[in-house]
Amino acid sequence: MINDHDIELLLNDIVELYGYDFTFYSKASLKRRLNRLFEIDKFPSFAEFHYRIKSDKDYLQRFIEEITVNVTEMFRDPGFYKILRTEILPAMGTNPYIKIWHAGCSTGEEVFSMAILLKELNLLHKSLIYATDINPTVLEKFTKGIFPLSNMKQYSENYIASGGVKDFSSYYTANYHTALFDPALIQKTVHSTHNLVSDGSFNEFNLILCRNVLIYFDSQLQDRVFNLFDESLAKLGYLCLGSKESLKFSVINLKYKQHAKEKIWRKIK
Amino acid sequence: MEKDQININCKALIIGGSAGSIDVILMLLPHLKAGFKFPIIMVLHRKNSTDSKLSELFSNKTKILVKDIEDKDPVKDGTIYIAPADYHLLIESTGVFSLDASEKVNFSRPSIDVTFESAADVYQDKLVCILLSGANADGVLGLKKVKSKKGMSVVQEPTNAKVPFMPEMAIKNKQVDIILNDNEIAAFINRL
Ligand SMILES: C[S@@+](CC[C@H](N)C(=O)[O-])C[C@H]1O[C@@H](n2cnc3c(N)ncnc32)[C@H](O)[C@@H]1O
Repeated sequence: MINDHDIELLLNDIVELYGYDFTFYSKASLKRRLNRLFEIDKFPSFAEFHYRIKSDKDYLQRFIEEITVNVTEMFRDPGFYKILRTEILPAMGTNPYIKIWHAGCSTGEEVFSMAILLKELNLLHKSLIYATDINPTVLEKFTKGIFPLSNMKQYSENYIASGGVKDFSSYYTANYHTALFDPALIQKTVHSTHNLVSDGSFNEFNLILCRNVLIYFDSQLQDRVFNLFDESLAKLGYLCLGSKESLKFSVINLKYKQHAKEKIWRKIK
Repeated sequence: MEKDQININCKALIIGGSAGSIDVILMLLPHLKAGFKFPIIMVLHRKNSTDSKLSELFSNKTKILVKDIEDKDPVKDGTIYIAPADYHLLIESTGVFSLDASEKVNFSRPSIDVTFESAADVYQDKLVCILLSGANADGVLGLKKVKSKKGMSVVQEPTNAKVPFMPEMAIKNKQVDIILNDNEIAAFINRL
């Protein structure tokens, strides 16, 4: 087991050597992730784990991949996508274009879900989607658009529950164990690494989605990231969070109005 | 340890349960006395569709505040908390909840082990954990950690549980201080 003191030591070294700052991640869940990696990579002692991270840049990449949680799915929380489909996106139909930022998009299931919605609403041609994550490996997977075929049953159910009426399988080509999604869906999507801890605002958006990323940050870092989103949102733009995340404790809350009881907030000031 | 000697300065009570545990909780809720000086945190396995209904179901049985947990909510005394479906529940030393949607543990999310272990880190010897009916061994390793920090470990009497496997495993692994029937649990909590 790695103790709290070791963790502090390790995180400080990582900031100093590599510039990745995990010191404001939620301590309890970070501790679990660290101990999990320590175990699966079978380090005999903390000292060796520590040394490997300090001396091996490639291992740091693995460290980031394993410490962060990449679990995601298409049309995750179908009720949320239903509101996007029926209320939020149609209201943007009169905009000349729609700019969307998926912050912490992982392997991009969320981005494909959005692209499908936009296509069905006939808005895809005037949408510009930015997909970012701290981890370059997940972004690479996203751009391939290949997902396990075994997930399609659940994604298709989610899609239908979110109000989709097409045949979900028309969006991909099945091949043995994989589903290759129509590349046209993400043709105009821009992807890039972006670290929410250290990178700044880079554009102005009508819609920002950052779902199931902030739960891994402590309250202080959450507030910093909320400020970053606030700087990056156009007036009357929307911020969408995960199903158990909230703006309620944040300093920017006063400038935002929650959309009914949904995890969607509109910037009103 | 005898049932009526409780020598613990309880700062948090966590109840873990799986198949057959909801009925036990519905039975004990009406007998709980309000004003307890710790949070009661429930980590229950179920299908995620029943999420919000669980707190409604429980609220009907007690006047005590029953809350669904959101990320970074403060942990308050005298309140009953329910871990949301599909997230692991952790407790931070700063006194707030954290949620985590990482891989399932023991085929479960929320996993009882995860919450017991994280709470043991924070509350140490001031933690009481109760493991109820269930068909899964989730919670057993967690109780081990609780015991290693000198917290108190309680399970439902297996012959009294709808599905005895979970408390049975804990007893087999010698992780248990007290064994209670379903109708004794409320009185036990009221004496903490
Ligand atoms: C659980 S996934 C969320 C995926 C998707 N948004 C969803 O809700 O299904 C969390 C993602 O956040 C990313 N992440 C973690 N820390 C980050 C940071 N500092 N900056 C940007 N992304 C980060 C992880 O790499 C991971 O892909």
